[in-house]
Amino acid sequence: MSGEHASVRIIDAYVRGGGELAADETWALEAHLEACHGCRERLSAAVTAQEPAVTELVDTVWSGLEPRLAATAPRPRRRRWPVELRAWLTPAMVPWLLMAAGVTLLALLLDLSGARFGEASPVLLLSPVLPVLGVAAAWSRGLDPGYELTASTPRAGLHLVLRRTASVLAVLVPVLLLAGWATGVMVAHWLLPCLAFTTTTLALGGLIGVTRAAVALVAVWAAVIAAPALAAGRESFALRTDGLPVWALIAVLGTGVVIARRGAYSVLGAHR
Amino acid sequence: MTPAVSAADLAPTSYAWQIRATGLKVAAGRKRMAVDGLDLSLDTGVHGLLGPNGAGKTTLIRALATVLRPAAGSLELLGESAGGTGEHRALRRRIGYLPQEFGYYKRFTVREFVEYMAWLKEVPKAEIPGAVQRAVERVGLADRADDRMKALSGGMVRRAGIAQAIVNDPAILLLDEPTVGLDPAQRLRFRELLQELGLDTCVVVSTHLVEDVAAACTDVVLFADGRLVFQGTPDELAAAGGPEHVGDSPLERGYSALLAGSDKGRGSW
Repeated sequence: MSGEHASVRIIDAYVRGGGELAADETWALEAHLEACHGCRERLSAAVTAQEPAVTELVDTVWSGLEPRLAATAPRPRRRRWPVELRAWLTPAMVPWLLMAAGVTLLALLLDLSGARFGEASPVLLLSPVLPVLGVAAAWSRGLDPGYELTASTPRAGLHLVLRRTASVLAVLVPVLLLAGWATGVMVAHWLLPCLAFTTTTLALGGLIGVTRAAVALVAVWAAVIAAPALAAGRESFALRTDGLPVWALIAVLGTGVVIARRGAYSVLGAHR
Repeated sequence: MTPAVSAADLAPTSYAWQIRATGLKVAAGRKRMAVDGLDLSLDTGVHGLLGPNGAGKTTLIRALATVLRPAAGSLELLGESAGGTGEHRALRRRIGYLPQEFGYYKRFTVREFVEYMAWLKEVPKAEIPGAVQRAVERVGLADRADDRMKALSGGMVRRAGIAQAIVNDPAILLLDEPTVGLDPAQRLRFRELLQELGLDTCVVVSTHLVEDVAAACTDVVLFADGRLVFQGTPDELAAAGGPEHVGDSPLERGYSALLAGSDKGRGSW
């Protein structure tokens, strides 16, 4: 309320009651009292000073209510899954993220213990496909029990998919950074393939469902890049420095497709 | 002071029907049309969507919830076309939807679950706690609101599902088999809630229980093989059946009389 408050006359008349105040004045006063803390305090002071009968009645009601209010348990304050976190992650994603982080650390241990497959570093071989697992868990029918309810809400769609993807990357990229730093792999060498795979999963997911897209891409990665690298025992052609512009191009193309087909993420099809 | 009614509440409606479908076709799977040329107009009230298993009830409700795109025909919800490739954010804010089998995160409490759904439905942040409490009270779960979902019985989970559907005060409420898992007393209470909601909301309840329709619905939509067979009041449905038709109540006899025509050439079940 801007500046205007109830006068002492109106409040006193309201406290005395008995038709002294016109109906419209009563309504206006009550509407004002609901919103105005100061006027409520003045009303309460007026009641205490002028109407002991009302004060007594209120006290009686309170003394009757208090034991019953004390008996009902207060609402538990602790939050198992804070609201801010819910906007970015679903509980279904947590085990997958932990697993992906765990696999990265294992690869790092392997790498540090000298168990190199020829020239190919395990961290470098695994890092591009790990976020794909988290993205699949974020938006899939099999892994996320709340998929149908989520898909029917206004927030569903590209915006929510990107939020969840961002949270997957926010968890995994620091772990990969640490692993890359410890093994001396250049950041661009794993980050660009990693981004390329993530955006391609989303782009393909709009067509055939995110889980299927993730499975297909992990299979392609294993067949085309990981297996030859392990077999030949040297760094894969795709992961050398001259392959980097290609990965960047794939990442940009994937992003373009995702934005162009944004409507596809708000229907059930993208959840397959 | 915030005004009690917003401009949106006072604006006149610009549509005649909350739900209007013309020649609607919706595919289930790759080829089969589960909804095949449906013409349907629904306004405020409780509409019972009745039909045999496999009639396409779930597919129709999903299309109404805008999670399935119509393959052909037109579908207008609250005066807005629900076809095309848009995200329908404004429209979805005014729809409540309870799927037949809905998943939830088992570790969430009832309150957290309904709060999360309110957030997903873009209920203004300041209004979420109040809206959640109202919804939970309406379905009679206030005393269990801080229990985890996995500790609830099947009927309570279903009631939590109804609470999330009504948390955004929808103008269109879509309930797919909501009475499954409710005991007789809860079912009675649920029918009362339906009648209450039907006063200002377009409620579509799919069911295969004829007695649910008799007790709570103002309007029956009989649906078989993706097509509309009958639309009218429960009394009109009862009047369609005669003593020669199978069934234990007038409504069941009306149901079998109307379906007798469309049932030919199918199995005895």
